[in-house]
Amino acid sequence: MSIPIVELNRVVKEYATGPLRVTALRGIDLRIEPGEYAVIMGASGSGKSTLLNLLGCLDHVTAGEYLLGGESVSNLTDDQLSEIRSRKIGFIFQSYNLIQQLNILENIEVPLFYQGVPELEARERAVKLASRLGLADRLEHKPMELSGGQQQRVAIARSLVCNPILMLADEPTGNLDSKTGEEILEVIDELHAEGKTIVMVTHDDAIARRAQRVIQVSDGEIISNNLKEESPA
Amino acid sequence: MKSMIPGRMVKLAVKNLSEYRLRACLTMLGIIFGVCSVVAMLSVGEGANREIQEKIQRLGSRNIIVQSVKVPQDENAGGTANNFIASYGLTYVDAEQCRQYIPNLEALTPMKVLRFDVQYKARKLQTDVVATTPWLLQVQHYRMVRGRFLSSTDMEFGAPVCVIGSRLARILFAGFDPINKTLSIDGDAYTVIGIVGDISQAEVTAHNELWLEGENQNVYIPLRTYLQKRGDLFIQWAEGGSTFEQIELHELILSIDHQDNVVRAVDALRRLLKKNHKAEDYSIVVPLELIRQARETRHLFNIVLGSIAAISLIVGGIGIMNIMLATVSERTREIGIRRALGARRRDIVLQFLMETLLLSISGGVIGLCFGALIPVAITATTHVKTVLTFPAFAVAFTVSVTVSVVFGIYPARRAAMMDPIDALRHE
Repeated sequence: MSIPIVELNRVVKEYATGPLRVTALRGIDLRIEPGEYAVIMGASGSGKSTLLNLLGCLDHVTAGEYLLGGESVSNLTDDQLSEIRSRKIGFIFQSYNLIQQLNILENIEVPLFYQGVPELEARERAVKLASRLGLADRLEHKPMELSGGQQQRVAIARSLVCNPILMLADEPTGNLDSKTGEEILEVIDELHAEGKTIVMVTHDDAIARRAQRVIQVSDGEIISNNLKEESPA
Repeated sequence: MKSMIPGRMVKLAVKNLSEYRLRACLTMLGIIFGVCSVVAMLSVGEGANREIQEKIQRLGSRNIIVQSVKVPQDENAGGTANNFIASYGLTYVDAEQCRQYIPNLEALTPMKVLRFDVQYKARKLQTDVVATTPWLLQVQHYRMVRGRFLSSTDMEFGAPVCVIGSRLARILFAGFDPINKTLSIDGDAYTVIGIVGDISQAEVTAHNELWLEGENQNVYIPLRTYLQKRGDLFIQWAEGGSTFEQIELHELILSIDHQDNVVRAVDALRRLLKKNHKAEDYSIVVPLELIRQARETRHLFNIVLGSIAAISLIVGGIGIMNIMLATVSERTREIGIRRALGARRRDIVLQFLMETLLLSISGGVIGLCFGALIPVAITATTHVKTVLTFPAFAVAFTVSVTVSVVFGIYPARRAAMMDPIDALRHE
C-alpha cells in the first residue's frame, strides 16, 4: 500500500478563548489515500472547518500527529508550514478569496510568487491553467468583473498552479447557483479523474454522492467514515 | 525556499499603491513636508554660516574698533545751548598710547567720520566723509573698483584728493566718469582718484546689530588734508542754533597680529581708555566677540529649526504609520489569502515595508524638489542668505526615509503576525 496523503493519529485540537478551553477535535484518526475524493460533512460547529484548517496546515494540532505525504507536520515552525502550504496544498474557498487588486493571471500566479518561480515560467503556467479552465479571454480582468463561477475557476486554477499533493475545498459551490455549481463540481470531478487527491467540506448530500467517501463529523469526532462500494474496504 | 526576487516585490508594491492613489499621495504629503523643512532648515543654517564666514573675512576678526560716543549732556556743565563746545571722544593721545602700549598691534587706523554736503556740478547730497589713512583699505578689506586708494604721498602732502564709494559714484556722477573730476566737500575742492566697492562694514552705531550690508556712499579723504583744512572743531547745525563739537578722532581701528591675541589686546585697550577718559565717551566693538555671539545665536537658531524639522518628520512618520495600519486592517483578507497560499511572515512584512519604502522614497524625492525651492523663496522675500548643499539633501532624504521605515515596521509586523485563519474569515 502506498503512503497515505493524509494520516491523522489521535489528533486533538483545543482553542483557548479566555479562561475557557474549547475542544474542537477530540482524537481524530483519519487516512486519505492518494487519488481519493473525500467529503467531510457535519453541522456547523461540528469541527469540520477546524479539521480542514488542520489538513491545510493553517493551524497546529494540540495533540496527536499529522503526517502529510508521510512527513510529520505537527511540530513545524510557521515558516515551514508556509512552505508546505505553498508547495503541497491547494485551497479552494467558498468565497473564492481572490485578491481584488490583482488581475486573473496575477491571482493565479500568487503561490508561485512565494516559491520564487521565475516570472516568465510562472506566467506560462498560469496562462496554461487559465485556458484549461476556460478563462483564456479573461486574463487581464479583475475578479470583480467576473461571474461567481468564473471566479471560482480562477481559484481552482490558482490551487492547481503548484501541483499540490492535496486539494482542499471548503464548500466551493456554496456561493453559486446550482447550474454554475454543477460546472464547478464537474471540474473537480475531472481533477479527481486525473488522480488528484481532494478533500471537500460540504453540506449538500447531492454533492457528497459524487465523492468516493463521506466523512461525517459531529462534536469533534468522526462518527462515520463510509467508503463507497467500489473502493476496497 | 528561495526568497522572493526584490524586483517583483517592488512591482507588487507599486501595484498596490496605485490601487489607492489618493491615500498614497496624502501619506507622501507628510514626508514631503518633513523633507522640505529639513532642507529649508539646513540651507538657512548653512547660509548663515557662510555669511558669518564671509564677514569674518571682510571685517577681519583681528580688528578692534573703538568709536567716540557722545555722552548725555550735563545741564550744569556750563555754557548756553547755542554757544557750547562739546568736547568728547577719542583723542590723538589715545591713538598714540595705543600705538605704544597695546600688545601685538599690527596697524592703527584713525578715522574722522563727518557728515557733509558733497557736491558735483548741480548735484548735491549729504553723506559721510571719512578722513583716514591709506591702510584703511587693507584693514577693512575694501575692494577697489577703479583707480587707486589714498596713498602715503597724499597723506604726507595733504593732497586734496578723495576716493568715493561706488554708490556715491553712481548717484553723484551719473553720466560722467568720476575719475579726475573735482567735487566739493562742504565747499572744499577734492579730486576723485578712485572708486571703492560696496562695503560690509561694522555699523557700530547700533550695538546689537552686527553688520549692515550696504552700498558704499562714503567719501574717503586723507586725514592730514582734512586737518589742514578744518582742524578738529566741527560745527553742527541743530535745531535752535548750532553746536560746536570737538572730536579729535571718531573711530580707531586696531589691527592685532593674530586672533588669539585679540582678547588680551582688548583688555589692555579697556584699561588704557579708562585711564584717559573720565566719562565713558567711547565704545569698543570686537568683531571677534560679535562673531562668537553670532555663532552662538546661530547655534540656538539651528536647534530651534532642527526641532521643528524633526517634529514635522515625526508627524510625517506617524502619518505613514496611521495610513499603513488602516491599509493593513483593510487588507486583512488579502493577508490571510497570501498566508494560506504560502506567504511566510517575512514575505508579508516585506510587502508592507516595501510599500512604505516606496512611499517615503517618492515623498522624499518630491520633498527635495520643493525643498530646493523654499530657500530660494526665502532669499527672494526676506534677504536671508540661504545655501543649498548636497549634504543637506542627503541628510533630509536619509532621515526621512529612515523615519518612515521605522514607523512602517509596526504596521507591517502587525500584518504578518495575524492568524491566517482569522484573517481569512475577516470581512
